[in-house]
Amino acid sequence: MSEDESGEEIILSDLDDAELVEQMFDDLYDGMKEEIEEGVRILLGRGWPPYRVLTEALVGGMKIVGEDFRDGILFVPEVLLAAGAMKGGMAILKPLLAETGAPTIGKMVIGTVKGDIHDIGKNLVSMMMEGAGFEVVDLGINNAVEAYLEAMEAEKPDILGMSALLTTTMPYMKVVIDTLVARGLRDDYIVLVGGAPLNEEFGRAIGADAYCRDAAVAVETAKALIARRHNRAAAG
Amino acid sequence: MTPAPDGATAADRLPNSETASSDQALAEQGYDLCPAAAAPGRILLIACGALAREILAVTRQSGLEHLDLICLPAKLHNTPEHIPDAVRAAVTRHRASYPEIKLLYADCGTGGRLAALCDALGIEMLPGAHCYALFDGIGRFAARGEMTSFYLTDFLVRQFDAFVWRPLGLDRHPELRDLYFGNYRSLVHLAQVEDAATADLAAEHAARLGLAFERRLTGYGDLGASLETWARPGGERGSASRDI
Repeated sequence: MSEDESGEEIILSDLDDAELVEQMFDDLYDGMKEEIEEGVRILLGRGWPPYRVLTEALVGGMKIVGEDFRDGILFVPEVLLAAGAMKGGMAILKPLLAETGAPTIGKMVIGTVKGDIHDIGKNLVSMMMEGAGFEVVDLGINNAVEAYLEAMEAEKPDILGMSALLTTTMPYMKVVIDTLVARGLRDDYIVLVGGAPLNEEFGRAIGADAYCRDAAVAVETAKALIARRHNRAAAG
Repeated sequence: MTPAPDGATAADRLPNSETASSDQALAEQGYDLCPAAAAPGRILLIACGALAREILAVTRQSGLEHLDLICLPAKLHNTPEHIPDAVRAAVTRHRASYPEIKLLYADCGTGGRLAALCDALGIEMLPGAHCYALFDGIGRFAARGEMTSFYLTDFLVRQFDAFVWRPLGLDRHPELRDLYFGNYRSLVHLAQVEDAATADLAAEHAARLGLAFERRLTGYGDLGASLETWARPGGERGSASRDI
Protein backbone atom coordinates (compact mmCIF):
# COMPACT_ATOMS: atom_id res chain seq x y z
CA MET A 1 0.00 0.00 0.00
CA SER A 2 1.09 3.59 -0.58
CA GLU A 3 2.44 5.41 2.43
CA ASP A 4 3.30 9.04 3.04
CA GLU A 5 6.61 10.25 4.52
CA SER A 6 5.47 9.57 8.08
CA GLY A 7 4.51 6.01 7.19
CA GLU A 8 0.76 6.69 7.26
CA GLU A 9 -1.30 4.75 4.76
CA ILE A 10 -2.43 6.84 1.80
CA ILE A 11 -5.97 6.26 0.57
CA LEU A 12 -5.60 6.81 -3.18
CA SER A 13 -9.26 7.53 -3.72
CA ASP A 14 -9.08 10.40 -1.19
CA LEU A 15 -6.53 12.26 -3.35
CA ASP A 16 -7.54 14.83 -5.94
CA ASP A 17 -6.49 14.19 -9.54
CA ALA A 18 -3.20 16.08 -9.39
CA GLU A 19 -2.24 14.48 -6.07
CA LEU A 20 -3.19 11.04 -7.36
CA VAL A 21 -1.06 11.40 -10.50
CA GLU A 22 1.84 12.57 -8.34
CA GLN A 23 1.33 9.58 -6.04
CA MET A 24 1.20 7.25 -9.06
CA PHE A 25 4.57 8.61 -10.17
CA ASP A 26 5.94 7.60 -6.76
CA ASP A 27 4.23 4.20 -6.84
CA LEU A 28 5.51 3.52 -10.34
CA TYR A 29 9.01 4.49 -9.23
CA ASP A 30 8.69 2.03 -6.34
CA GLY A 31 7.30 -0.73 -8.57
CA MET A 32 3.97 -0.98 -6.74
CA LYS A 33 1.82 -2.78 -9.27
CA GLU A 34 -1.40 -3.12 -7.28
CA GLU A 35 -1.38 0.56 -6.37
CA ILE A 36 -0.84 1.52 -10.02
CA GLU A 37 -3.76 -0.67 -11.06
CA GLU A 38 -5.90 0.94 -8.39
CA GLY A 39 -4.83 4.43 -9.48
CA VAL A 40 -5.69 3.68 -13.10
CA ARG A 41 -9.15 2.45 -12.13
CA ILE A 42 -9.77 5.53 -9.99
CA LEU A 43 -8.81 7.92 -12.80
CA LEU A 44 -10.95 6.00 -15.30
CA GLY A 45 -13.81 6.11 -12.79
CA ARG A 46 -13.45 9.88 -12.61
CA GLY A 47 -13.98 10.08 -16.34
CA TRP A 48 -10.40 10.39 -17.57
CA PRO A 49 -10.06 9.07 -21.13
CA PRO A 50 -7.78 5.99 -21.24
CA TYR A 51 -5.23 7.80 -23.41
CA ARG A 52 -4.93 10.59 -20.83
CA VAL A 53 -4.38 8.08 -18.02
CA LEU A 54 -1.70 6.41 -20.10
CA THR A 55 0.19 9.52 -21.09
CA GLU A 56 -0.15 11.67 -17.98
CA ALA A 57 0.02 9.08 -15.21
CA LEU A 58 1.92 6.07 -16.57
CA VAL A 59 4.20 7.44 -19.29
CA GLY A 60 4.88 10.53 -17.19
CA GLY A 61 5.97 8.29 -14.32
CA MET A 62 8.06 5.99 -16.52
CA LYS A 63 9.81 9.04 -17.95
CA ILE A 64 11.17 9.78 -14.48
CA VAL A 65 12.20 6.14 -14.08
CA GLY A 66 13.94 6.25 -17.47
CA GLU A 67 15.79 9.45 -16.63
CA ASP A 68 16.98 8.12 -13.28
CA PHE A 69 18.12 4.90 -14.94
CA ARG A 70 20.06 6.90 -17.51
CA ASP A 71 21.64 8.98 -14.74
CA GLY A 72 22.68 5.94 -12.70
CA ILE A 73 20.24 6.61 -9.86
CA LEU A 74 18.07 3.57 -10.60
CA PHE A 75 19.33 0.18 -11.73
CA VAL A 76 17.90 -2.66 -13.77
CA PRO A 77 16.03 -4.43 -10.92
CA GLU A 78 14.19 -1.24 -9.98
CA VAL A 79 13.39 -0.47 -13.62
CA LEU A 80 11.99 -3.98 -14.04
CA LEU A 81 9.77 -3.53 -11.02
CA ALA A 82 8.56 -0.18 -12.33
CA ALA A 83 7.94 -1.77 -15.73
CA GLY A 84 5.97 -4.54 -14.06
CA ALA A 85 3.80 -1.94 -12.35
CA MET A 86 3.27 -0.09 -15.61
CA LYS A 87 2.40 -3.36 -17.31
CA GLY A 88 -0.36 -3.85 -14.73
CA GLY A 89 -1.79 -0.44 -15.59
CA MET A 90 -1.38 -1.03 -19.31
CA ALA A 91 -3.30 -4.31 -19.10
CA ILE A 92 -6.33 -2.36 -17.90
CA LEU A 93 -5.92 0.43 -20.46
CA LYS A 94 -5.05 -1.55 -23.59
CA PRO A 95 -8.54 -2.86 -24.43
CA LEU A 96 -10.00 0.55 -23.65
CA LEU A 97 -7.45 2.28 -25.88
CA ALA A 98 -8.38 -0.05 -28.73
CA GLU A 99 -12.08 0.71 -28.23
CA THR A 100 -11.59 4.45 -28.09
CA GLY A 101 -9.31 4.60 -31.13
CA ALA A 102 -6.41 6.25 -29.33
CA PRO A 103 -3.90 7.83 -31.70
CA THR A 104 -1.07 5.64 -33.02
CA ILE A 105 2.06 7.43 -34.13
CA GLY A 106 3.70 4.48 -35.81
CA LYS A 107 4.12 0.73 -35.87
CA MET A 108 7.15 -1.29 -34.84
CA VAL A 109 8.16 -4.91 -35.31
CA ILE A 110 10.72 -5.86 -32.70
CA GLY A 111 12.60 -9.03 -31.76
CA THR A 112 15.79 -10.46 -30.29
CA VAL A 113 18.07 -11.84 -32.99
CA LYS A 114 18.82 -15.46 -33.83
CA GLY A 115 20.85 -17.33 -31.24
CA ASP A 116 19.94 -14.96 -28.43
CA ILE A 117 17.34 -15.56 -25.74
CA HIS A 118 17.74 -12.30 -23.83
CA ASP A 119 14.66 -10.14 -23.83
CA ILE A 120 14.65 -7.84 -20.83
CA GLY A 121 15.79 -4.77 -22.77
CA LYS A 122 13.57 -5.62 -25.71
CA ASN A 123 10.55 -6.00 -23.45
CA LEU A 124 11.24 -2.63 -21.85
CA VAL A 125 11.48 -1.02 -25.28
CA SER A 126 8.22 -2.68 -26.37
CA MET A 127 6.40 -1.40 -23.33
CA MET A 128 7.78 2.11 -23.51
CA MET A 129 7.00 2.31 -27.22
CA GLU A 130 3.44 1.19 -26.60
CA GLY A 131 3.16 3.76 -23.85
CA ALA A 132 4.38 6.43 -26.23
CA GLY A 133 1.63 5.61 -28.71
CA PHE A 134 3.33 3.12 -31.04
CA GLU A 135 1.72 -0.14 -32.06
CA VAL A 136 4.24 -2.86 -31.29
CA VAL A 137 4.45 -6.35 -32.74
CA ASP A 138 6.85 -8.31 -30.55
CA LEU A 139 8.42 -11.34 -32.21
CA GLY A 140 10.06 -12.58 -29.00
CA ILE A 141 13.52 -14.17 -28.90
CA ASN A 142 15.81 -16.07 -31.29
CA ASN A 143 14.55 -14.62 -34.58
CA ALA A 144 16.05 -15.66 -37.89
CA VAL A 145 16.00 -13.22 -40.79
CA GLU A 146 13.00 -15.06 -42.25
CA ALA A 147 10.94 -14.34 -39.14
CA TYR A 148 11.67 -10.62 -39.40
CA LEU A 149 10.89 -10.53 -43.12
CA GLU A 150 7.66 -12.45 -42.69
CA ALA A 151 6.50 -10.13 -39.90
CA MET A 152 7.41 -7.02 -41.88
CA GLU A 153 5.57 -8.28 -44.90
CA ALA A 154 2.50 -9.05 -42.82
CA GLU A 155 2.53 -6.05 -40.49
CA LYS A 156 3.93 -3.29 -42.73
CA PRO A 157 5.63 -1.51 -39.82
CA ASP A 158 7.39 1.85 -39.92
CA ILE A 159 10.17 0.59 -37.68
CA LEU A 160 12.18 -2.60 -37.30
CA GLY A 161 13.79 -3.01 -33.88
CA MET A 162 16.47 -5.61 -33.20
CA SER A 163 18.04 -6.50 -29.88
CA ALA A 164 21.06 -8.61 -28.86
CA LEU A 165 22.87 -9.07 -25.57
CA LEU A 166 25.76 -11.19 -26.77
CA THR A 167 28.87 -10.20 -28.68
CA THR A 168 28.42 -13.43 -30.60
CA THR A 169 24.86 -12.68 -31.70
CA MET A 170 24.99 -8.95 -32.43
CA PRO A 171 26.57 -9.44 -35.90
CA TYR A 172 23.33 -11.16 -36.94
CA MET A 173 21.72 -7.71 -37.09
CA LYS A 174 23.86 -7.04 -40.13
CA VAL A 175 22.61 -10.24 -41.74
CA VAL A 176 19.05 -8.94 -41.43
CA ILE A 177 19.92 -5.46 -42.72
CA ASP A 178 21.96 -6.86 -45.61
CA THR A 179 19.02 -9.05 -46.56
CA LEU A 180 16.74 -6.00 -46.57
CA VAL A 181 19.23 -4.20 -48.81
CA ALA A 182 19.54 -7.16 -51.15
CA ARG A 183 15.78 -7.30 -51.54
CA GLY A 184 15.46 -3.57 -52.09
CA LEU A 185 13.47 -3.17 -48.86
CA ARG A 186 15.94 -1.33 -46.65
CA ASP A 187 14.60 2.16 -47.29
CA ASP A 188 11.05 1.08 -46.48
CA TYR A 189 11.86 0.87 -42.76
CA ILE A 190 13.51 2.74 -39.96
CA VAL A 191 15.93 0.26 -38.37
CA LEU A 192 16.76 0.69 -34.68
CA VAL A 193 19.20 -1.56 -32.82
CA GLY A 194 20.07 -1.96 -29.16
CA GLY A 195 21.67 -4.20 -26.56
CA ALA A 196 24.42 -4.05 -23.96
CA PRO A 197 27.49 -4.77 -26.13
CA LEU A 198 26.42 -2.44 -28.98
CA ASN A 199 27.42 1.16 -29.52
CA GLU A 200 26.78 3.93 -32.02
CA GLU A 201 29.74 2.97 -34.14
CA PHE A 202 28.43 -0.59 -34.49
CA GLY A 203 24.98 0.69 -35.40
CA ARG A 204 26.46 2.86 -38.16
CA ALA A 205 28.75 0.09 -39.39
CA ILE A 206 25.92 -2.40 -39.93
CA GLY A 207 23.70 0.16 -41.63
CA ALA A 208 21.09 0.75 -38.93
CA ASP A 209 19.40 4.14 -38.70
CA ALA A 210 20.23 4.45 -35.02
CA TYR A 211 21.62 2.69 -31.99
CA CYS A 212 19.49 3.21 -28.88
CA ARG A 213 21.26 2.86 -25.55
CA ASP A 214 18.08 2.35 -23.52
CA ALA A 215 14.31 2.19 -23.80
CA ALA A 216 13.80 5.91 -23.23
CA VAL A 217 16.28 6.76 -25.99
CA ALA A 218 14.54 4.25 -28.28
CA VAL A 219 11.23 6.07 -27.84
CA GLU A 220 12.74 9.51 -28.46
CA THR A 221 14.71 8.25 -31.47
CA ALA A 222 11.68 6.53 -32.94
CA LYS A 223 9.57 9.67 -32.57
CA ALA A 224 12.23 11.86 -34.15
CA LEU A 225 12.84 9.53 -37.10
CA ILE A 226 9.11 9.07 -37.72
CA ALA A 227 8.64 12.85 -37.71
CA ARG A 228 11.59 13.29 -40.11
CA ARG A 229 10.07 10.66 -42.39
CA HIS A 230 6.71 12.42 -42.40
CA ASN A 231 8.39 15.75 -43.13
CA ARG A 232 10.31 14.21 -46.02
CA ALA A 233 7.13 12.67 -47.40
CA ALA A 234 5.31 15.99 -47.11
CA ALA A 235 8.16 17.84 -48.84
CA GLY A 236 8.56 15.21 -51.55
CA MET B 1 44.99 -3.10 -6.45
CA THR B 2 46.52 -4.98 -3.55
CA PRO B 3 50.32 -5.03 -3.96
CA ALA B 4 52.22 -8.26 -3.27
CA PRO B 5 55.20 -8.42 -0.93
CA ASP B 6 58.56 -8.57 -2.66
CA GLY B 7 60.49 -11.79 -2.81
CA ALA B 8 57.63 -14.24 -3.21
CA THR B 9 56.91 -16.17 -6.40
CA ALA B 10 53.67 -15.41 -8.18
CA ALA B 11 52.05 -18.64 -7.04
CA ASP B 12 53.05 -17.94 -3.44
CA ARG B 13 51.49 -14.53 -3.47
CA LEU B 14 47.87 -15.48 -3.99
CA PRO B 15 46.17 -15.96 -0.65
CA ASN B 16 44.79 -19.37 0.29
CA SER B 17 42.82 -20.46 -2.74
CA GLU B 18 39.98 -21.81 -0.65
CA THR B 19 39.26 -18.71 1.35
CA ALA B 20 36.25 -16.65 0.48
CA SER B 21 38.12 -13.49 1.43
CA SER B 22 40.73 -13.93 -1.32
CA ASP B 23 38.01 -14.54 -3.91
CA GLN B 24 36.37 -11.39 -2.69
CA ALA B 25 39.63 -9.48 -3.06
CA LEU B 26 39.99 -10.77 -6.64
CA ALA B 27 36.45 -9.64 -7.31
CA GLU B 28 36.68 -6.22 -5.70
CA GLN B 29 40.27 -5.01 -5.86
CA GLY B 30 42.18 -7.37 -8.15
CA TYR B 31 45.79 -8.27 -7.42
CA ASP B 32 49.14 -6.96 -8.46
CA LEU B 33 51.50 -9.91 -8.21
CA CYS B 34 54.36 -8.64 -10.30
CA PRO B 35 57.64 -7.36 -8.89
CA ALA B 36 58.25 -3.63 -8.77
CA ALA B 37 60.99 -3.81 -11.44
CA ALA B 38 60.77 -6.49 -14.11
CA ALA B 39 63.83 -8.61 -14.89
CA PRO B 40 64.78 -8.89 -18.58
CA GLY B 41 62.84 -11.45 -20.55
CA ARG B 42 59.79 -11.46 -18.32
CA ILE B 43 56.31 -11.16 -19.79
CA LEU B 44 53.46 -9.38 -18.05
CA LEU B 45 50.01 -10.93 -18.03
CA ILE B 46 47.15 -8.54 -17.35
CA ALA B 47 44.15 -10.66 -16.46
CA CYS B 48 40.63 -10.64 -15.13
CA GLY B 49 40.58 -11.45 -11.41
CA ALA B 50 38.17 -14.29 -12.19
CA LEU B 51 41.04 -16.12 -13.94
CA ALA B 52 43.79 -15.54 -11.36
CA ARG B 53 43.82 -18.98 -9.73
CA GLU B 54 43.61 -20.80 -13.03
CA ILE B 55 46.41 -18.76 -14.60
CA LEU B 56 48.67 -19.38 -11.63
CA ALA B 57 47.82 -23.09 -11.70
CA VAL B 58 48.75 -23.32 -15.39
CA THR B 59 51.98 -21.35 -15.02
CA ARG B 60 52.94 -23.51 -12.03
CA GLN B 61 52.13 -26.78 -13.79
CA SER B 62 53.93 -25.75 -16.97
CA GLY B 63 56.92 -24.16 -15.27
CA LEU B 64 56.22 -20.79 -16.89
CA GLU B 65 57.91 -18.86 -14.14
CA HIS B 66 58.93 -15.96 -16.37
CA LEU B 67 55.31 -14.77 -16.56
CA ASP B 68 54.29 -12.06 -14.12
CA LEU B 69 50.66 -11.43 -13.35
CA ILE B 70 48.44 -8.56 -12.39
CA CYS B 71 44.68 -8.93 -12.13
CA LEU B 72 42.04 -6.29 -12.58
CA PRO B 73 38.97 -6.53 -10.34
CA ALA B 74 36.72 -9.32 -11.56
CA LYS B 75 33.69 -7.17 -10.75
CA LEU B 76 34.40 -5.22 -13.95
CA HIS B 77 32.43 -8.01 -15.61
CA ASN B 78 29.26 -6.44 -14.29
CA THR B 79 30.09 -3.21 -16.12
CA PRO B 80 31.96 -4.34 -19.25
CA GLU B 81 31.95 -0.82 -20.66
CA HIS B 82 34.61 0.00 -18.04
CA ILE B 83 36.96 -2.86 -18.92
CA PRO B 84 38.79 -1.14 -21.81
CA ASP B 85 39.69 1.93 -19.72
CA ALA B 86 40.93 -0.25 -16.87
CA VAL B 87 43.05 -2.27 -19.29
CA ARG B 88 44.44 0.85 -20.92
CA ALA B 89 45.43 2.25 -17.50
CA ALA B 90 47.15 -1.01 -16.49
CA VAL B 91 49.08 -1.24 -19.76
CA THR B 92 50.16 2.38 -19.48
CA ARG B 93 51.31 1.84 -15.89
CA HIS B 94 53.48 -1.20 -16.70
CA ARG B 95 54.62 -0.59 -20.25
CA ALA B 96 57.98 0.89 -19.29
CA SER B 97 58.86 -2.20 -17.24
CA TYR B 98 57.54 -4.84 -19.62
CA PRO B 99 58.19 -4.69 -23.35
CA GLU B 100 55.89 -7.68 -23.74
CA ILE B 101 52.38 -7.60 -22.29
CA LYS B 102 49.53 -10.08 -22.89
CA LEU B 103 45.91 -9.53 -22.00
CA LEU B 104 43.96 -12.39 -20.47
CA TYR B 105 40.49 -11.19 -21.25
CA ALA B 106 38.19 -12.49 -23.95
CA ASP B 107 35.72 -10.02 -25.48
CA CYS B 108 33.76 -10.19 -22.20
CA GLY B 109 30.76 -8.21 -23.37
CA THR B 110 32.74 -5.25 -24.67
CA GLY B 111 31.33 -5.66 -28.17
CA GLY B 112 34.75 -5.67 -29.84
CA ARG B 113 36.01 -2.57 -28.00
CA LEU B 114 38.64 -4.56 -26.13
CA ALA B 115 39.97 -6.06 -29.35
CA ALA B 116 40.13 -2.59 -30.91
CA LEU B 117 42.05 -1.32 -27.90
CA CYS B 118 44.50 -4.22 -28.06
CA ASP B 119 45.08 -3.50 -31.74
CA ALA B 120 45.77 0.13 -30.91
CA LEU B 121 48.11 -0.80 -28.06
CA GLY B 122 49.81 -3.55 -30.03
CA ILE B 123 49.13 -6.30 -27.50
CA GLU B 124 47.52 -9.71 -27.83
CA MET B 125 44.41 -10.89 -26.01
CA LEU B 126 42.56 -14.16 -25.54
CA PRO B 127 40.26 -15.31 -28.31
CA GLY B 128 36.55 -15.95 -27.89
CA ALA B 129 33.57 -14.23 -26.38
CA HIS B 130 34.18 -14.96 -22.70
CA CYS B 131 35.99 -17.21 -20.24
CA TYR B 132 33.30 -19.89 -20.36
CA ALA B 133 34.16 -20.57 -23.99
CA LEU B 134 37.87 -20.52 -23.19
CA PHE B 135 37.57 -23.18 -20.49
CA ASP B 136 35.22 -25.34 -22.52
CA GLY B 137 37.42 -24.91 -25.61
CA ILE B 138 36.55 -22.17 -28.10
CA GLY B 139 35.70 -24.56 -30.93
CA ARG B 140 33.82 -27.01 -28.76
CA PHE B 141 31.83 -24.26 -27.08
CA ALA B 142 30.76 -22.80 -30.42
CA ALA B 143 29.85 -26.22 -31.77
CA ARG B 144 27.54 -26.92 -28.84
CA GLY B 145 25.36 -23.94 -29.76
CA GLU B 146 23.72 -24.00 -26.35
CA MET B 147 21.51 -20.97 -26.36
CA THR B 148 19.56 -21.75 -23.20
CA SER B 149 22.45 -22.63 -20.87
CA PHE B 150 23.68 -20.31 -18.15
CA TYR B 151 27.36 -20.92 -17.37
CA LEU B 152 29.36 -20.69 -14.19
CA THR B 153 33.08 -21.31 -13.77
CA ASP B 154 34.51 -22.39 -10.40
CA PHE B 155 35.19 -18.75 -9.53
CA LEU B 156 31.67 -17.70 -10.41
CA VAL B 157 30.19 -20.59 -8.45
CA ARG B 158 32.06 -19.38 -5.36
CA GLN B 159 31.21 -15.74 -6.09
CA PHE B 160 27.65 -16.35 -7.28
CA ASP B 161 26.05 -13.92 -4.85
CA ALA B 162 28.48 -11.12 -5.71
CA PHE B 163 28.31 -11.60 -9.49
CA VAL B 164 24.78 -12.83 -10.13
CA TRP B 165 22.36 -12.77 -7.23
CA ARG B 166 22.98 -9.33 -5.74
CA PRO B 167 23.73 -7.33 -8.95
CA LEU B 168 20.45 -8.57 -10.41
CA GLY B 169 18.65 -7.46 -7.25
CA LEU B 170 17.47 -11.00 -6.49
CA ASP B 171 18.44 -10.63 -2.84
CA ARG B 172 15.88 -7.83 -2.56
CA HIS B 173 13.41 -8.91 -5.23
CA PRO B 174 13.45 -12.69 -5.74
CA GLU B 175 10.22 -12.32 -7.70
CA LEU B 176 12.32 -11.01 -10.60
CA ARG B 177 14.07 -14.38 -11.03
CA ASP B 178 11.98 -15.65 -13.89
CA LEU B 179 12.19 -12.34 -15.75
CA TYR B 180 15.96 -12.81 -15.88
CA PHE B 181 16.18 -16.59 -16.22
CA GLY B 182 12.81 -17.64 -17.65
CA ASN B 183 14.28 -18.29 -21.10
CA TYR B 184 17.12 -20.44 -19.75
CA ARG B 185 16.75 -24.18 -19.28
CA SER B 186 19.93 -25.24 -17.48
CA LEU B 187 22.83 -24.04 -15.40
CA VAL B 188 26.09 -25.58 -16.60
CA HIS B 189 28.99 -25.66 -14.16
CA LEU B 190 32.20 -25.64 -16.19
CA ALA B 191 34.50 -27.01 -13.49
CA GLN B 192 38.21 -26.30 -13.65
CA VAL B 193 39.09 -28.68 -10.81
CA GLU B 194 37.47 -31.64 -9.10
CA ASP B 195 35.96 -30.27 -5.94
CA ALA B 196 32.86 -31.73 -4.38
CA ALA B 197 32.02 -28.64 -2.33
CA THR B 198 32.08 -26.36 -5.41
CA ALA B 199 30.00 -28.87 -7.35
CA ASP B 200 27.40 -29.01 -4.57
CA LEU B 201 27.32 -25.22 -4.41
CA ALA B 202 26.77 -25.01 -8.17
CA ALA B 203 23.86 -27.43 -7.89
CA GLU B 204 22.37 -25.24 -5.17
CA HIS B 205 22.65 -22.18 -7.43
CA ALA B 206 20.84 -24.06 -10.21
CA ALA B 207 18.02 -24.85 -7.80
CA ARG B 208 17.83 -21.21 -6.69
CA LEU B 209 17.48 -20.14 -10.32
CA GLY B 210 14.94 -22.86 -11.07
CA LEU B 211 17.19 -24.42 -13.71
CA ALA B 212 18.30 -27.98 -14.48
CA PHE B 213 21.89 -28.64 -13.43
CA GLU B 214 24.78 -30.02 -15.42
CA ARG B 215 28.45 -30.21 -14.48
CA ARG B 216 31.32 -30.56 -16.94
CA LEU B 217 34.91 -30.96 -15.87
CA THR B 218 36.78 -28.79 -18.38
CA GLY B 219 40.13 -28.33 -16.67
CA TYR B 220 41.82 -25.18 -17.90
CA GLY B 221 40.74 -25.70 -21.50
CA ASP B 222 42.34 -23.36 -24.02
CA LEU B 223 43.84 -21.17 -21.30
CA GLY B 224 46.89 -23.44 -21.09
CA ALA B 225 47.40 -23.40 -24.86
CA SER B 226 47.30 -19.60 -24.93
CA LEU B 227 49.77 -19.21 -22.10
CA GLU B 228 52.20 -21.78 -23.47
CA THR B 229 52.12 -20.23 -26.94
CA TRP B 230 52.74 -16.79 -25.56
CA ALA B 231 55.47 -17.99 -23.21
CA ARG B 232 57.39 -20.03 -25.79
CA PRO B 233 60.75 -18.35 -26.56
CA GLY B 234 60.46 -16.59 -29.91
CA GLY B 235 56.72 -17.33 -29.89
CA GLU B 236 55.10 -15.98 -33.03
CA ARG B 237 52.92 -12.90 -32.60
CA GLY B 238 49.27 -13.68 -32.72
CA SER B 239 49.80 -17.42 -32.69
CA ALA B 240 47.79 -17.92 -29.52
CA SER B 241 44.70 -16.64 -31.20
CA ARG B 242 45.22 -18.80 -34.25
CA ASP B 243 45.98 -21.99 -32.37
CA ILE B 244 42.86 -22.14 -30.28
